[in-house]
Amino acid sequence: MWKVLLARLRQKHRTIGYPRRAPVLPERFRGLPAIDDGKIADARAAIEACPANALAQDPGGRLRLDMGRCIFCGECERACPGGGIAFGREYRLCARTREDLVITAEGRRRADALGAEARRLFGRSLKLRQVSAGGCNACEADTNVLTTVVFDLGRFGVQFVASPRHADGLLVTGPVTRNMESALRATYEAVPAPKIVIAAGACAISGGLFADHDEVRRGAGDILPVDVFIPGCPPHPMTILDGVLRALGRIE
Amino acid sequence: MSGSPLLMFEHGGVAALDRVPELGVGEFRAHVLDAVNGGARIATFFGRPAPGGAVRLLAVLAEEYSGILQAASTTVYDSYSALTPECPQAHWFEREIAEQWGVVPRGHPWLKPIRFHRAYRDGKDAWRRAEAPVAGVADFFRMEGEEIHEVAVGPVHAGIIEPGHFRFQCHGENVFHLEISLGYQHRGIERRLRGGPSARTLPYMETLAGDTSIGHALACCEALEALAGAHVPARAHVLRGVALEIERLANHTGDLGALAGDVGFLPTASYCGRIRGDFLNMTAVICGNRFGRGLVRPGGAAFDLADEHVQDLERRLQAAERDAAGAIELLWHSSSVMGRFEDTGAVTAETAQALGLVGPAARACGIERDVRHDFPLGIFRYAQIPVSTFGSGDVFARAFVRALEIQRSIAFLKSQLGMLSAGPVLAPVGPCAPNALAVALVEGWRGEICHACITDEAGRIAHYKVVDPSFHNWMGLAMAMRGQQISDFPLCNKSFNLSYCGHDL
Repeated sequence: MWKVLLARLRQKHRTIGYPRRAPVLPERFRGLPAIDDGKIADARAAIEACPANALAQDPGGRLRLDMGRCIFCGECERACPGGGIAFGREYRLCARTREDLVITAEGRRRADALGAEARRLFGRSLKLRQVSAGGCNACEADTNVLTTVVFDLGRFGVQFVASPRHADGLLVTGPVTRNMESALRATYEAVPAPKIVIAAGACAISGGLFADHDEVRRGAGDILPVDVFIPGCPPHPMTILDGVLRALGRIE
Repeated sequence: MSGSPLLMFEHGGVAALDRVPELGVGEFRAHVLDAVNGGARIATFFGRPAPGGAVRLLAVLAEEYSGILQAASTTVYDSYSALTPECPQAHWFEREIAEQWGVVPRGHPWLKPIRFHRAYRDGKDAWRRAEAPVAGVADFFRMEGEEIHEVAVGPVHAGIIEPGHFRFQCHGENVFHLEISLGYQHRGIERRLRGGPSARTLPYMETLAGDTSIGHALACCEALEALAGAHVPARAHVLRGVALEIERLANHTGDLGALAGDVGFLPTASYCGRIRGDFLNMTAVICGNRFGRGLVRPGGAAFDLADEHVQDLERRLQAAERDAAGAIELLWHSSSVMGRFEDTGAVTAETAQALGLVGPAARACGIERDVRHDFPLGIFRYAQIPVSTFGSGDVFARAFVRALEIQRSIAFLKSQLGMLSAGPVLAPVGPCAPNALAVALVEGWRGEICHACITDEAGRIAHYKVVDPSFHNWMGLAMAMRGQQISDFPLCNKSFNLSYCGHDL
């Protein structure tokens, strides 16, 4: 008993000050990429360096980076020594449509909150069922971490629940393997309507590295209507938290 | 072992493919069984296409007491006499061979699919199935009898975890047998490695089992570096070792917290959940990513540490050490925890040896088995970490071994960060040797990771085989559940904490 109490004192209060205070991210964190076409000497080199097929040129020769496929490895940044592609420190990356994940020299469109009705229903209490459908356990782990004392997801009224019957929506990770397809559909159908779907991580958004494998579908959007896309490989826990709260209209 | 035709080679070295002896099936069986009876363990055993529609089987055995690897090969067509009846540690490998190549290991006592995909040889199927296989549709073991009932769980589970299917044969609360059916995470990675190494090779490695990004990336790099004859700088060896041990610390700490959570002991569950994140953040100090994505690359490491990073890591390590020690100690002093941990899910040393268990699951049965000690490469050739064991084989032993390993990994990190040598962290890596075999072993936090890479005549990857420690250990969990209560399953499962995607690949 005394040992437990003493340990409690020593472990201190550990919940971060977010959203009142900005979160602390690692110095080498790779967040929102920025493109400056004028500084790119060799776009082909950057495109070929990308292991995830996230880079392409539009007909005008301008570079487009699809955050829905990007694994944020920084290989393209290294292939453009002039600073034409640079991963910044912005962790707020979510989008409401697949197209909004595409970055050009003009930047990107920030995500809007869900519609008024969804906000009215879920804004103050959202229960999510997580389904891993081929996820490598990194997206899962950094989703799970939101339930620790550090992030304390419960204080936002958001909770992960054990049954789809108790849930308002799904948070899907992984490219959706063929072997998980029917289980994912069944889980979605078991969630009472109205419901939302959040795709977390490059795999769940687009199939990620595995998009061209016949063993997988191309992410959750291939079989379910996705309301929120949260890019990353895996997304930082703050990126996931931001995605959920932004969709609910809980933060500006 | 004198007189054995098996090719002996050193870990970290390369074997010319034509030096791997091609034996008749009978001879192959006899020599592999002989070596296993002599104390060697099957590190990997797989098939690959051979001319004329045949399948060439290759076994690599690891001899822990000598640190020597042995390899032999044989060619089969549609069936061969299974090794499993005489050598249980071959059982999962032979199921994989049957599924991948449509070769039937005759006499296999438990021949069922492990990943549910079509065979890689056209028109061949070990089960003569006309339709494409469906995950979870298999011939499950069933018991008959008054009041015997079956409980089926998954693939979607109650927590935020990966999918798998479990079937319990029960009498009331008591479990007679647990059958584990996986494959839901199968992404088909191994086949896509052929023709490489390419820009995608390492990202694939880092997502084989995302919680073991460093372990798998390191195994791949060691295999490719051996094939290329590359010389990795000393500082890079240290950085890789540091990253591997931080990965172990994060996962072991998380596991102890989750074990505490499963017995309803919230203080340790809550503290360890947080401290795990502190370790992940240390990895992010090194490379910006909490799982170490992009850090380990052929030739060394893609990120170097400045002095202030080293000091930052030392500061974080000191705090995490104090917090982890305090959180973990509570477990051993709480009778409600010890009452659930002790004598739950025990595996005997004999069972562990027979199944070829690896990692903390084996060491918790008193088996001194640790790649860092038995087959050291890189920094572990110069800095030894003592092997942590405990003999009781139960949930307590698996928890306690993790706690010991946390202490020893922290001691290793302190000494390595304190004497980091100067110099480069990345060396150029040339093309891979043609027609060669390299086998790399790494002690990941779950146990032995084995990567085998075979090159073609142009030095490209012709075949790549990954063995995640979970591949050896899933059957250990099934054995641990025998005679237990079904309510102890979450606890037993967490005490192994095996990888689904690392198994399903």
